[in-house]
Amino acid sequence: MTKPSSIDFADIQGLVRFGYGSLTEASFLLLQVRDALAARAWLASAPVSNAVALTQAPDTALQVAFTCEGLRSLGLEEDILAAFSAEFYAGMTGDESRSRRLGDTGANSPQYWQWGAKGKIPHLAVMLYAKENLLEGWAQSVRGQHWDDAFEVLDCLPTSNLFGVEPFGFADGISQPTLDWNQERQVKGDELAYGNLVSLGEFLLGYPNEYGKYTDRPLLPVNESTTNLPSAEDKPDLRDLGRNGSYLVFRQLAQDVRRFWRFMDERAGSDPQARQELAEMFVGRRQNGQPLVDLKKEPIDGIDPENAPLNQFTFDGDASGRHCPLGAHIRRANPRTCDLSGASDNLFSKLKHMLGFGENDYGQDVIASTRFHRLLRRGREYGPGLSVQDALQPAPENDAERGIHFISLGANISRQFEFVQNAWVMSSKFGGLTGESDPLLGNREPIPGCPVTNTFSITQANGAKRHITTVPQFITVRGGAYFFLPGIRALRFIAGA
Amino acid sequence: MIPQANLTFIAPIKAGRVDDLRNLLLSMNRVRGVADPENTLIPFSQLDEVHFARLVILDDPTASDVRAFHLPLPNYPIYLALFCDFDGELDIFLTKLVNCSSAGLTQIFEHCEGFSQNVDLRAWIKQHHHEPATSYVNWVGRTMLQVREEAALRLTIRTWLDAEDLRTKLPLRQLHGELRAYIASEQRAGRLRLTPAPETPLRWEIRNIAHLIGVPLLLLLLLPLLIVYAPFFIFQLRWRERRDPEIAPRPDPAYANQLAILEDHDVTNQFSAFGSVKPGLFRRWTLVYILWLINYTTRHIFNRGRLARVTTIHFAHWVFLDNKKRLFFASNYDGSLDSYMDDFINKVAFGLNVVFSNGIGYPTTNWLVLDGAKDEQKFKYFIRRHELPTEVWYNGHPGLTALDLQRNSLIRQGLENSAMSDSQLQEWVQLL
Repeated sequence: MTKPSSIDFADIQGLVRFGYGSLTEASFLLLQVRDALAARAWLASAPVSNAVALTQAPDTALQVAFTCEGLRSLGLEEDILAAFSAEFYAGMTGDESRSRRLGDTGANSPQYWQWGAKGKIPHLAVMLYAKENLLEGWAQSVRGQHWDDAFEVLDCLPTSNLFGVEPFGFADGISQPTLDWNQERQVKGDELAYGNLVSLGEFLLGYPNEYGKYTDRPLLPVNESTTNLPSAEDKPDLRDLGRNGSYLVFRQLAQDVRRFWRFMDERAGSDPQARQELAEMFVGRRQNGQPLVDLKKEPIDGIDPENAPLNQFTFDGDASGRHCPLGAHIRRANPRTCDLSGASDNLFSKLKHMLGFGENDYGQDVIASTRFHRLLRRGREYGPGLSVQDALQPAPENDAERGIHFISLGANISRQFEFVQNAWVMSSKFGGLTGESDPLLGNREPIPGCPVTNTFSITQANGAKRHITTVPQFITVRGGAYFFLPGIRALRFIAGA
Repeated sequence: MIPQANLTFIAPIKAGRVDDLRNLLLSMNRVRGVADPENTLIPFSQLDEVHFARLVILDDPTASDVRAFHLPLPNYPIYLALFCDFDGELDIFLTKLVNCSSAGLTQIFEHCEGFSQNVDLRAWIKQHHHEPATSYVNWVGRTMLQVREEAALRLTIRTWLDAEDLRTKLPLRQLHGELRAYIASEQRAGRLRLTPAPETPLRWEIRNIAHLIGVPLLLLLLLPLLIVYAPFFIFQLRWRERRDPEIAPRPDPAYANQLAILEDHDVTNQFSAFGSVKPGLFRRWTLVYILWLINYTTRHIFNRGRLARVTTIHFAHWVFLDNKKRLFFASNYDGSLDSYMDDFINKVAFGLNVVFSNGIGYPTTNWLVLDGAKDEQKFKYFIRRHELPTEVWYNGHPGLTALDLQRNSLIRQGLENSAMSDSQLQEWVQLL
């Protein structure tokens, strides 16, 4: 492998490194290019924020990401576009089989989306972040003189600050992979323990990933127009359009908070404590974020001590699901499995497990190793907050929509976002379960031979599973697209294309 | 126990008739990728012993890869494959197949070389049956009858439990006892059947034991030869591994899309792939030997729900064609293709490498088992590029994964066992 080069933070958009938590206001502009020349002029001088750490948080930030259609409309040639990943090239709504895999069927079908389906695919997302009361001014100043000629605003997505809690009322954004910025991670063979430190190449293009390989991305010959692009680490003769960039998956998820809490209330016989406990089992954490399983005594690589009270755990000690239901949201989204479940660090044990003689009980060793399927989440809530008490009251007329703008970064959409969404979150067969999909995100759509997918099972103290039946759909997809969040030099290249 | 068998019919298609045949085959589908069980050509719903069936046109778009070895483009025929996995014996199945679909089969086979209206259909099909080099069956002896009865059993148990939440809170012995009584009453009322496992055919049993012992004996006899040959083998292998070209470009998006249309309608998917074995006797006989060994393990070791660590494959077959110069692979697996490939890469890369590294263009391996599939992206491109669209695919038990089938069997075993220990009871109740 090539010797790691130092990280040029000035060439990486800040969102990869920071969540911009102190910039509590944000809005996302979904644009279509009206005039490519004007759009490129705006891009050439847009004050896009980079990932250099400052002693003090900035007042404002700007990030820019492009869909494949967007890059095409700005004049990038087709062979360059086709060198991005197939998922990015096709787009989130590009074909029906992808929609089937992502669970975008029934009420989630792209045909009902506000944006992102054919004809309403944004070209670029301009993401604005600011400290309290500064967003409006920042939005004005970012536009500049070419703006109106350059872009048509397809949608402007406001966000709201719910102080670290998602609309259902649960602490959110707790589990995040730790990026190996120091490039110290050396993966040699199967990892026998779950770790949270993940190779840079899983999130940034142009660096080695968890397989020690470079993810495919457009590599261009050296010429006048590409001369300012970084060179490819694995192929130094070529310029790397992907380096320091990432794919950004954006989904607008409307959350029916009233329906969620009414359901919990009804099934709990209106007992406030039972209601909360039931909801917590759906999530897999207490409302304050505390996991339902016990913390591990030994530290987990990549989870720092201040994060340990909420994150130093795996599900290894809870195979039956007595503490945290097997299909709880956090078990599906991040099952915290290792490469060779149950094996100890000697050749015989490893060989035994590799050949399938290690974990023979039903349901053991059936969930894929987590490190290849991590998401770096950068989402923001939208709509007004709603307390549990208010959620149980009759809805006012014209009740506001609320939900989450789910945003995740990764270098491989298919192996990361699509895998997690398809094999874990939406799957009615996750981990040997049947008839249930993610208790929060599931679309409850029947599948052939499986008419019921709207159950949620809870393992009780005696080991038997209690079924919560006919769980309604709580979350509906309203829009979505696959974006490319380029490095800063790549962004200037696109602007000059 | 009734063992499973397979029909692997392969016959060349007449020149100029491929498109006609494809259209005819596509007319058997309800939607692209899902066969209509009641279709008029082969009404699969009448063949209740069939687990899976497929019809595929074997037209290898990668056949010209042999040019990488400076060989001329071979003139292979385009084949039709008809594969079925079923319970019982081939002869009995063929009679049943021909009886219920002779007109349809005739209409299909008219597109093939050497077929005429007046041949004996049964004999003609059998004549074109190519015994797979290796077959994998997820659970040898689990019949379709069992699959159906046990799925109904689980549903009945679950409905009984869900009718009153308190039932799930019963002490385990009591829960087990009450369920046994309830299921017995359902059986008496004729609403549920649990047919006892039939006798294993003696002939199969004897042949199986002979194979179980015979292969290691043969290996023991060959051992001196193998030891003497080993250094030469390693030398030849390493020499080739350093030189064999990789051919794994990004698959054409239009082709990949055409394949994706067929996928993810069900929790189970089909996979058909075709490719050329690397030229020369070394690779050909290495592959023959390895598939022979793997077939031993699938027959005698990996026949209870797991192929090494992989629990998602129902049936798989490897079939040689054209004088062992080409290999066709067909499988039925749970989940989407991407998760299937990830499972392969992360769990059984060594197993894939020993087989497919003998195919032209496979990502470079070292010592036959190392690297190869671990080059994730190249491997995935290689797989997609060699995949063929499966024109017709039938699943006898849609909506049920291999794990579902295993769980349902375990539920039944526990139910029928009146003398479970506490720990067995504990494990059993978690399956419900």
